Amino acid sequence: MLRKTRIALAAVMITLITLLFLGVSWKLNLWIAWVAKIQLLPAVLALNFIVIGILVAVTLIFGRIYCSIVCPLGVMQDFFSWIGGKIWKNRFHRTKERKWVRYSLLGVFVVCLIIGFAPVTTLLAPYSAYGRIVNSLFRPLYDMLVNALASMETDTYYFSEVEIWMRSVTTFVVAIITLIILALIALRHGRAYCNTVCPVGTALSFLARFSLLKVRLDKSKCKECGLCEKNCKASAIDFRTGDVDYSRCVVCGDCLDKCKFDALHYSLPKARKSETAVNEVSPTPSDAGRRSFLATAGMLTATAAMAQTQMKVDGGLAVIEDKQSPERKTRITPPGSISHRNMNRHCTACQLCVSACPNDVLRPATSLGNFMQPEMSFERGYCRPECSRCSEVCPTGAIRKITPADKTAIHVGHAVWIGKNCLPLTDGVSCGNCARHCPTGAIQMIEYEGVQVPAVDANKCIGCGACENLCPARPFSAIYVEGNEQHVIN
Amino acid sequence: MGGAAVASSALLAACKDNKGAAVSGENVTDGNGSMTYRTNPNTGDRVSLLGYGMMRLPVVGGGSMRDNPDADIDQELVNQQIDYALEHGVNYIDTSPVYCKGLSEHSTGIALARHPRKSYYLATKLSNFSPETWSRAASQQMFENSLKELQTDYVDYLLLHSIGGFSDELDSLQTFNGRYMDNGILDWLVEQKTKGRIRNLGFSYHGDIKIFDMLLQWHDEGRYHWDFVQIELNYLDWDFADEINPRNTDASYLYEELHKRGIPAVIMEPLLGGRLANLPEYIVKQMLQREPESPVARWAFRYAGTPEGVLCVLSGMTYMEHLKENIATYSPLRPITEEENTFLMEIARQVYDLKNVPCTACNYCMPCPYGINIPAIFSHYNKCIAEGNMPHPDDRDENYARQRRAFLVGYDRSVPKLRQASHCIGCGKCASHCPQNIDIPAEMQRIDQYVESLKMNI
Repeated sequence: MLRKTRIALAAVMITLITLLFLGVSWKLNLWIAWVAKIQLLPAVLALNFIVIGILVAVTLIFGRIYCSIVCPLGVMQDFFSWIGGKIWKNRFHRTKERKWVRYSLLGVFVVCLIIGFAPVTTLLAPYSAYGRIVNSLFRPLYDMLVNALASMETDTYYFSEVEIWMRSVTTFVVAIITLIILALIALRHGRAYCNTVCPVGTALSFLARFSLLKVRLDKSKCKECGLCEKNCKASAIDFRTGDVDYSRCVVCGDCLDKCKFDALHYSLPKARKSETAVNEVSPTPSDAGRRSFLATAGMLTATAAMAQTQMKVDGGLAVIEDKQSPERKTRITPPGSISHRNMNRHCTACQLCVSACPNDVLRPATSLGNFMQPEMSFERGYCRPECSRCSEVCPTGAIRKITPADKTAIHVGHAVWIGKNCLPLTDGVSCGNCARHCPTGAIQMIEYEGVQVPAVDANKCIGCGACENLCPARPFSAIYVEGNEQHVIN
Repeated sequence: MGGAAVASSALLAACKDNKGAAVSGENVTDGNGSMTYRTNPNTGDRVSLLGYGMMRLPVVGGGSMRDNPDADIDQELVNQQIDYALEHGVNYIDTSPVYCKGLSEHSTGIALARHPRKSYYLATKLSNFSPETWSRAASQQMFENSLKELQTDYVDYLLLHSIGGFSDELDSLQTFNGRYMDNGILDWLVEQKTKGRIRNLGFSYHGDIKIFDMLLQWHDEGRYHWDFVQIELNYLDWDFADEINPRNTDASYLYEELHKRGIPAVIMEPLLGGRLANLPEYIVKQMLQREPESPVARWAFRYAGTPEGVLCVLSGMTYMEHLKENIATYSPLRPITEEENTFLMEIARQVYDLKNVPCTACNYCMPCPYGINIPAIFSHYNKCIAEGNMPHPDDRDENYARQRRAFLVGYDRSVPKLRQASHCIGCGKCASHCPQNIDIPAEMQRIDQYVESLKMNI
């Protein structure tokens, strides 16, 4: 019963969170964004005391069911562990708790969190690791499917084509390595990662020791067959002594189903139930949907940057050179992120904002200081005035919720003109496309060396990048945005 | 009493037994005779009322270059269609050195070389638009090259291509003089005519009416003789051309000026690049109401072919289906009656009220140096108007969300983002090339602002 319920709930949760990252539909995302917001680490970073309180209470009552149901990375590992179980039967045994590793990693994690050292926090945060895997590896496959469907549509408009492109090689590689390492560990050693490395797992283990409901082994009924221990993916059961390490037990219920003698119960302390739960037949894979979905992990193909399909020139259409990102002295973080410091301290680089950005503006940073955290660039689009999606999905408070109206007053950067790229000066044509498209009217055309060129009123400029994106100069725009370390509000 | 009984029993019998009924749908009104021909008073040529325009040739992979700018011409289809056209009485073939990225003449030459030279009349143009081709040598070279590509040693109809054009730098007269007078090319062409290398000399006109009037005045004065003139004529432009764009002139004026001088008119854009075939449902319904069996385009072709001074009506037929349909329309022509004319003028009023962009997708504006796909943008915009699917952000109704999505998603589908109107910098290089005199940069900005208002108003 416990196992089946756990699997059913876990299937629902991982499906929702995967849909969220795939960006199936924005309306749906608004409905299911809570699955990201109930993740423990994001809730802590967002100082979401309600969620923290509920999670603490749930853990104190039920044990670490969070790890088995809510955490998508945990559920993903369960899937690999289940496959491992098909290969090696009865492969687990009770191990010693690696206390030093666990607690020192948790300590390092907390320190890095406080000082805002992104590479450690972003790599270790479990929910974010899963987000990166979906966004970097599965999203391109999903987008290909959408594009294929869109190309088949004739008079309907259900699917809009999306550009598939490599937002960051580093993040892509990190996602692949994370997936491979976790899959390998889980195949052979079950939840070893969760019980050794994962800081969230370690933090919850403190509480789980005192949980009300626990898996208890009744030595009076135990025939010492050892099946429970051999099938405990958390390596938490010692069938000989009857001891269960509750700091590691993730309440999966596998042991309960394995025991043929009704010696294991998920129960309150001492209160033994009188009627014996009928041992159900070992369940067959019930959630085929989730598993077949995850099976696609095995079919991962390299989704290298697909150059945007452009028509070849042939008299009919001129070639359009790809834009290149300028070297910004100060990076640009999305409106709502308040400052670089706030971004640094809160973001766990889950890539949900990147996935939600409909304008191809956000992408993970590659520099170490803000490793994989989102930053803006405008080669493919600009931060459109009607959109505030990243702020609506961010679960950690790295991007605070804002409205499009708020956005008109948030200055994430300011435009800078580069005269030697500007078309009226280089090609002798009239242009003014930047001024025409500036949503705040910050750009004026002025007389310069006999032609009209843009000039920026930095006070009005919000740094949306419309000018940079729509500037005809290529590959480097004649006007580009420099970030603001602190977002000026006025 | 008895009579009524007999009649009703006959009716019953007819209901039960339909052995005499048609086994397949067949058009009973048109296409049951042979092609209508008109006679050119100058040479006595018997010219088919339908002429084949080689501007929108089929390409490999389907459609024409406006659908598939990179594709190659599908020569096999061109051959087939030319064969079919000649077999069914079409004998006027019109091309130009600039059509289909400059490949039309070559392709036409291949298709026609398989037929006796006397079995068709060949029309091409001196398309020296670019100032680089204004020199005498370059213009002569262009004509010689046409003969070479067309695999012949004479052309039946040669046109000064699109006189009346102008640009920011040069007005229409300067442009005309630069192309044909200062280099002495017009006189050289007259000389070629006396040598028999050109059988009929004429011009096609778009743009500034001053040049049209001037050339006809020269005709009156005997300075130059025009054997024919090619004009844009259709039921919309007959009366509405200058309302749609004050820089243009009504077809009624152009036609009358030619007709009173006895100059035969060759008609282009009878269908406005398909715009008169893609009409909103409520307009189509009125046409179907009158003639359920006639395709919408047939009205336009019948209209263009009706005036007696029309020698030939050109149609750039990409598909065999269009070719067959047009041949049926003119085999023989069923002239537009007085009453039908009134009806079409009412339709024209309604089409004018659509306020779509008068682009015929001729692609003369292309390539835009900044990569904008101008005809594709106009075509998407017009298509949404024709389908009655324009979302109105200022005046929303229950269809707004659906129409908005269809417009925006459809826009991204038909025009890649980088080639959309938002990237038009307004350099104006295209504007002088537009035979319809559309102020392209202004229209681009208007459409861009419309798109922007749709994006903003979710």
